[in-house]
Amino acid sequence: MRYLFSLAVVLSLLWLGMSGVYKPLMYILGAGSVVFVVWMSRRMDVVGVEHNPVLYSWRLPIYWLWLLWEIVKSNIEVSRAALWPGKLVRPRVLKVPMSLGSAVGKVTYANSITLTPGTVTLLLEDDHLEVHALLESSAASLESGDMEAKIAWLENHK
Amino acid sequence: MVETMLTAVSGVFLLAGGLFGIMGGIGPLRFPDFYTRLHAAGITDTLCAFLIIVGLVIQAGLALVSIKLMLILVFMVFTAPTASHALARAGMAAGDDPGTLEGEPAPVAPLDSSGEPSSNS
Repeated sequence: MRYLFSLAVVLSLLWLGMSGVYKPLMYILGAGSVVFVVWMSRRMDVVGVEHNPVLYSWRLPIYWLWLLWEIVKSNIEVSRAALWPGKLVRPRVLKVPMSLGSAVGKVTYANSITLTPGTVTLLLEDDHLEVHALLESSAASLESGDMEAKIAWLENHK
Repeated sequence: MVETMLTAVSGVFLLAGGLFGIMGGIGPLRFPDFYTRLHAAGITDTLCAFLIIVGLVIQAGLALVSIKLMLILVFMVFTAPTASHALARAGMAAGDDPGTLEGEPAPVAPLDSSGEPSSNS
């Protein structure tokens, strides 16, 4: 029920944000579309199934800010490497052990790694990742395990 | 006054975004193999797009256009890693092994090995 309600709220906000034409007829059509999509999603049993449970947590924006800072830092590193490839580029393939329990956590970890320039997830297994790292600094930041700790912290919301 | 400052700030963001875009163009030309080039292309997906969209949002101010710009950013953040990962998987599936700068196979090392020289981050 909570998922259906939040789906309706998000869809309504999306519609209001995208539309820009605020006339009674448009409101009726918009409300009709929202109701139809929510009803359809319920029939399809997709609501709340692959839902990220941390969506309602205050920790998510903090994680995003932290990730943004990591992305900024690694962008600068990779840009430097683009200018002096001979000195800085040290490609490696790393096996990164991972103890995150939930599927959503694992995917968040793998996606966050790929989103950070300098590291790309090649393979996601049950207990480890295979990551291609471009620079020594990007390999080192993975080795420190900071990101996994942050995601474990994110998952431990309650 | 405020107008001028906002224009200046958004200009800084747009210029910085463009600069990272150029880096994302130089990288693929200079890096040695497929996987390293993928990293360079990642610059254009992340910080370049982010800075340009933030610059445009500052220009647009509180308007519907800003919401749409932010939505573009959200969709990019969720699709870019998927696309990068799919490309990397396709490279592996095609049998292109990651190499070092000298063209040798890249070392595959578990994280807890102490043989690797330590980093200088």
